[in-house]
Amino acid sequence: METELTLRVDGATHHLRVDTRTSLLDALRQRLGATSPKKGCDHGQCGACTVLVGGRRILGCLALAVAYDGAEVTTAAGLAPGPDEDHPVHRAFVDHDAFQCGYCTPGQVCSAVGVLDELERGWPSAATADVAGGPDLGDPEALDREIAERMSGNLCRCGAYKGIRAALAEVAEGVRR
Amino acid sequence: MRPFAYATPPDAREAVLAVAERPDAAFLAGGTNLVDHLRLGVATPGLLVDVTALTSAEIEDLPDGGLRLGAAVRNSDLAADPRVRGRYPVLAEALLAGASGQLRNMATTGGNPLQRTRCVYFQDVTTPCNKREPGSGCAAIGGATRNHAILGTSGRCIATHPSDMAVALAALDAQVHVLGPDGERTVPFTDLHTLPGDTPERDTVLGHGELITAIDVPAAPIAARSRYRKVRDRASYAFALVSVAACLDVAGGRIRDARLAFGGVAHKPWRAHRAEEALRGAPATDESYRAAAGVELADARPQEGFDGGNAFKIPLLTGTLVSTLRALAGEETRA
Repeated sequence: METELTLRVDGATHHLRVDTRTSLLDALRQRLGATSPKKGCDHGQCGACTVLVGGRRILGCLALAVAYDGAEVTTAAGLAPGPDEDHPVHRAFVDHDAFQCGYCTPGQVCSAVGVLDELERGWPSAATADVAGGPDLGDPEALDREIAERMSGNLCRCGAYKGIRAALAEVAEGVRR
Repeated sequence: MRPFAYATPPDAREAVLAVAERPDAAFLAGGTNLVDHLRLGVATPGLLVDVTALTSAEIEDLPDGGLRLGAAVRNSDLAADPRVRGRYPVLAEALLAGASGQLRNMATTGGNPLQRTRCVYFQDVTTPCNKREPGSGCAAIGGATRNHAILGTSGRCIATHPSDMAVALAALDAQVHVLGPDGERTVPFTDLHTLPGDTPERDTVLGHGELITAIDVPAAPIAARSRYRKVRDRASYAFALVSVAACLDVAGGRIRDARLAFGGVAHKPWRAHRAEEALRGAPATDESYRAAAGVELADARPQEGFDGGNAFKIPLLTGTLVSTLRALAGEETRA
């Protein structure tokens, strides 16, 4: 069964007709050519398909496209402020060797942008000692625990976690200041 | 994946009627579990009725000091709400112990308690499963049982309920507002989920077409000192082997009252009334906590399995309860 919908993807508006079974991830990749979100497990276990919808990180593989009619989607490729310009998270990933093969990287980058926003809002995590008080961004060890916990939905089979943690810590320092 | 129609009725009542009149219809909210089930062939609805925009996405103050959680409130927003964090730390911690940041941004208050077991046999359509296909048998019994139940099992099903949030809501005496084809009703949260018995295909007391519209968490001063502690095979992003939701009221080294619920051990979030009773009036000591665990787990029946079974859950849950209550009592000492 087919249905029509509109998606805003990285600033461009698309009208498309999709089978109701189409995931947001497949609509992006196969219909709109937005291939920066990746299909890893397709079961919500790896995070490779992470995109931002209305600024919040979600999993494209567990989203039915039809349920996201009218949504504002940002992929890792769409984060750059302009051509030949890097988003601070892109830059930090390069500077800290936060990837090897790169397959999980666009999902890691979108998730990282979501994490930084959540930290800025003072949202607690399972690593937050005082859930009522919120995360302690001033203590580097506490911040590292926060980053590791908040990024746990993004797997990296190359094991670039050390670089990913360092990249987020650097950008988070900017959030704190 | 079986083809399905997708509908967005104008309001919750229309949505309920749309699902009620079609046996193969299902509600869609965050979709984090259902969409996976569509892909796995575990769920094969012919109609999905999207209710995400049809119930409240607000957290409202109740006159008694409690909170009304709209069914469409996302798990991430619920965990971040200052009122939830201040009044019910156990609920915020339980939410944050579950899933990942991406999934919590999708999952809803109404959908989370209705997620289905992560029993690997339930999710594998090539194996027998009485929950997925009544009467087909249970591949879990005698199979890999590390993640399975020790309390309230039946000869037909040994699955556990996977939600962390639900364990906290069971401890907090939450009330579930339900809209059905015959009108509204309220179900105590501890009565929402069922034990498997002879009908493991049922997870809850909700009938076909009944929709959770909101969940009330009553005022609970005891919850100001509360915690959720989860033990799992990796540090994050995994389901519970065991978990404990605990609220403790201690004064002068004696326990005045407690609210306890366990996760990862039964087909439903396990409210531990017997352990609570054992704690009331007892000294706030490890011995008391250990004895309370023993009372609650007296009827526990571990499963054998080719993976070594799950008898480890009895000492693991006991230790988790002791350490959680010790920490909560310690907060009292410092205060």
